[in-house]
Amino acid sequence: MTATALSVRNIRKSFGEDEVLKGISFDAHSGDVISIIGSSGSGKSTLLRCINFLERADSGEVAVAGEIIKTHKAKDGQLSPSDKHQLKQMRARLGMVFQNFNLWAHRTVLENIIEGPVQVLKHPKKKAVADAEILMDKVGISQKRNHYPSQLSGGQQQRVAIARALAMQPTVMLFDEPTSALDPELVNEVVQVIRQLATEKRTMIMVTHEMALAREISTHLIFLHNGRIEEQGPPQLIMENPKSDRLRQFIGKF
Amino acid sequence: MMDFFNNVFSWLPELLAATPLTLILTLVAGIFGLVFGTLLALARLSNILILSVPANMFMFVMRGTPLLVQLYLIYYGLGQILPGTWVRHSVLWPYLRDGFTYAVIALSMNQAAYNGEVLRGALRSIPKGQIEASMAMGMTNLQILQRVRLPLAFRDCLPVLTSDIIILLKSTALVSTITVLELMGTARMIQRESLQIYEPLIACGLVYFAVVMVLTNIMRPVESRLTRFRKGNA
Ligand SMILES: Nc1ncnc2c1ncn2[C@@H]1O[C@H](COP(=O)(O)OP(=O)(O)OP(=O)(O)O)[C@@H](O)[C@H]1O
Ligand SMILES: [Mg+2]
Repeated sequence: MTATALSVRNIRKSFGEDEVLKGISFDAHSGDVISIIGSSGSGKSTLLRCINFLERADSGEVAVAGEIIKTHKAKDGQLSPSDKHQLKQMRARLGMVFQNFNLWAHRTVLENIIEGPVQVLKHPKKKAVADAEILMDKVGISQKRNHYPSQLSGGQQQRVAIARALAMQPTVMLFDEPTSALDPELVNEVVQVIRQLATEKRTMIMVTHEMALAREISTHLIFLHNGRIEEQGPPQLIMENPKSDRLRQFIGKF
Repeated sequence: MMDFFNNVFSWLPELLAATPLTLILTLVAGIFGLVFGTLLALARLSNILILSVPANMFMFVMRGTPLLVQLYLIYYGLGQILPGTWVRHSVLWPYLRDGFTYAVIALSMNQAAYNGEVLRGALRSIPKGQIEASMAMGMTNLQILQRVRLPLAFRDCLPVLTSDIIILLKSTALVSTITVLELMGTARMIQRESLQIYEPLIACGLVYFAVVMVLTNIMRPVESRLTRFRKGNA
């Protein structure tokens, strides 16, 4: 029995009249790699953003390593974190990698990576730099340590972003289409890093369009459609025997 | 003709002696202006109405009226009111009898309004993704402001802030009208005493020009260092 790293319960979210998430629940145990697939607009990004409260859900519950993020209903009807301090701690344990990298433009590669450990985790700078060196090696960006994001290719930027998230030693990594903004020839270098993380048994939730990658590294696959989990299970099983027409159609496109 | 130029140059030492005061006015009002301007920009962007509305009005009025009018109102206005109050007997009084203090107040407020407007635009144009990355990492709002928003905003509007400082430097000439003997004030005093009209003015213009050149050349490397993160500045 492995510990539950992330537990998502009954997340609902509407934008105006449009209900984008209609009650999503799933658990990620330690070492799980959960891929979330689904067509554009099915609510994948919104789901990830509700997990770390970049987006406020209307209802539901998120727990990281068994600790529920405290919330209350705000006046506007959305779920609002009740304890700012706790929210920050929880966010620090959820490493987020964005589609568009979102590196801090005015900081070098090294500065980007040590920012969180120094400012949020209050690590001594020396330790943070030493840790960052290991991570830069791991994602193969050491030679560029003093470069600014604008001087890097997309693939390099995304690898830095992954290192930046890893530097927080998160309980769970959240990836939102980490390769979608990349030129095709740069996809592979990022995929390799993610594959490596999977073999290290890191807990990851990954929204992706890379079906081959999802199939290869996921322990669990979730197919999102119209704000609901339409189908889920082990990736091989699901991809070879899709039960719903929607999933069959979706897979057929690849 | 030769005499004319000799006269011009003869006033330079006296004018150079007055230049530090011009620089101090620029520096002090520049710093106050930047600090208050930052606060004004943040107040305007906040969704707390009792902050954003007054900040908005202040900037609107300061940017919509001549500096000279503001200077007179503060000098003659405050200068009239304050002696009748407790301030008359406070430790601040010696400073408040001096035109310099009113000059700094007026210049700072004016500069704050302009800097605030520029910074507001820069703060708003920061890519949302970089702020979300900071939030997702667990940074506090204050940390995000200090470590991400302000550094990016300042870098973004550095060229405008620099040119605002140069405009401020030249605007300090106006405070000669409220008895401050900075560069311009000194030139006017020389005019009165020597009965030369053009020579002190030309000498004074030369000094302003030289100071502007020096300032521009100080800011250029600062600018390129702070913006080297941009593409093409590598
Ligand atoms: N801030 C917002 N305001 C209003 N509507 C939004 C907002 N964010 C997302 N939506 C809507 O919610 C729906 C789901 O968006 P979301 O970005 O989660 O989809 P997605 O599955 O990530 O799509 P993609 O594969 O294109 O990234 C879309 O219809 C989108 O238009
Ligand atoms: Mg998306």
